[in-house]
Amino acid sequence: MYRAAIGCVVGVYFLGDAIVIEVEHLTLCYRDRAAVHALTGRFVAGSHTAVVGPNGAGKSTLLAALAGVKQPDEGHIHRHGAIAYLAQLSTLDKQFPLTVRELALAGTWQRRGAWRGLSKADCLRADAALDRVGLSDFIQSPMGNLSGGQLQRARFARLIVEDADVLLLDEPFANVDTETIANLLAVQDDWHRAGKTQITVLHDMSQVRAHYPQTLLLAQSALAWGDTPEVLTPENLQEANRRAQHWRNDATWCQEC
Amino acid sequence: MLIPNIELFNALGEFAFMRRALVGSLALAVGCAPVGVLLLLRRMSLFGDALSHAVLPGAAIGFLLGGLSLPWLAGGGLVAGLLVALAAGFAARKTRLNEDASFAGFYLLALAIGVLIVSKWGSSVDLIHLLFGSVLAIDDPSLLIVSSVASITLIWLALEYRGIVLECADSGFIAATTGNGARFHIGFVIIAVLNFVAAFQAMGTLMAVGLMMLPAATARLWAERLSMLFVAAWIVALASCLFGLMASYQWDLPSGPAIVLVAGGLYCFSLVFAPFGLWAQRRKARRHHAI
Repeated sequence: MYRAAIGCVVGVYFLGDAIVIEVEHLTLCYRDRAAVHALTGRFVAGSHTAVVGPNGAGKSTLLAALAGVKQPDEGHIHRHGAIAYLAQLSTLDKQFPLTVRELALAGTWQRRGAWRGLSKADCLRADAALDRVGLSDFIQSPMGNLSGGQLQRARFARLIVEDADVLLLDEPFANVDTETIANLLAVQDDWHRAGKTQITVLHDMSQVRAHYPQTLLLAQSALAWGDTPEVLTPENLQEANRRAQHWRNDATWCQEC
Repeated sequence: MLIPNIELFNALGEFAFMRRALVGSLALAVGCAPVGVLLLLRRMSLFGDALSHAVLPGAAIGFLLGGLSLPWLAGGGLVAGLLVALAAGFAARKTRLNEDASFAGFYLLALAIGVLIVSKWGSSVDLIHLLFGSVLAIDDPSLLIVSSVASITLIWLALEYRGIVLECADSGFIAATTGNGARFHIGFVIIAVLNFVAAFQAMGTLMAVGLMMLPAATARLWAERLSMLFVAAWIVALASCLFGLMASYQWDLPSGPAIVLVAGGLYCFSLVFAPFGLWAQRRKARRHHAI
């Protein structure tokens, strides 16, 4: 009885209903315009959500705020568990003299911090991650030698090493060749099976339909949020585009908040 | 080469000021070289130049208060340099200005104040001394300051190496992972100002930048790995100090420019003959892997 109760609680925690990120009435401004406006909702543990919407819909801004890089202008974000964030515009200096393995090892920061030493296991984990993304031949080479797609694979390897509970990925497949996309989508499927929560900004609707069970259709606020087939209806997409055409510089100031 | 070498050893045995000059400049090289490498990798190579102008009002006020003694000069320069560097960093983080633009704004302000103070209350001789310094005039307090700064730099590097390297390589990653990359950036700016202030008494404000940036730029032409960059920069900086001082003693040259000229000569040589220099690049362009 007692044991069953614990099992039940643990089961609920692992099987879904535990909330990993919750946003309440979230407003995020870009300059003086609300990029995300009054967004309320939750991401549950193990969910694999695509965030889609027209350009300027606030997708990247939302992800930056969820990662804690950008502060909310209104509302709150509640986070549970370690978060890893792959920004779209990488601040990574490609000419910096690090090897590919060292780049992947940067993912140990959350566990090791600034001072604790790296163990043999950390190095093995980094090498395994690089092998998973198909970069095992480049472990020792300077990251300046990598092409754009290979560099994106290396950044994914760093995410694998980070091993965070929640992964935020901002357009991970922009400017990347199809073989790399297939490889990285497979990595995302691995994470999904491992029970990690993923929130990914995407543009390619066929990718979303094929690989992402949940979708958030964002156009400043959530136009639709739920199971992908129910969100990506022609009517919803049309409404999102209609809203995007009406974003103007002379829009009135928000009176509600 | 052998004769000046022996001359230097004679001079070292004979004159205490030569011993102090050698120890002081070697200590400077130990601290300045890694700072230069990090500045170079952050694309902040001109940070030192801006700083050399920024410390002027502080050093001038220090000079007016305490005369030509290092604690006053260095103290004033340190305060002015830190004020400018941190104010510029703050403005860059909080407004739309880039770091270089906000830096330009503040260092020009400082430079104007410095020139105003010197021309109103000092003399051109003082200004010349501030700008050009003299490693041969290093006294015991100066030596203490220079070697303390070198020690602090090495200890800080040992403690914060991982953070500072990752912050240089990918500032966004560290900001997202630790929530705050400012610790490494501010720490680095403070260390850079400290090294610069230590160097300017010996080398002069203008020449001090040379001991930071020339070894770093030279090292970049020789080494691929980050650790080897530091080692190469140290070797170049130490060699420049040693041979620069020798030349300075042998031919009665001002010490600061002599040291920087040696570093500059090594830089020009490396630009052509180093593994990542012009000549090797040309040869590499013809030979390449098949796949």
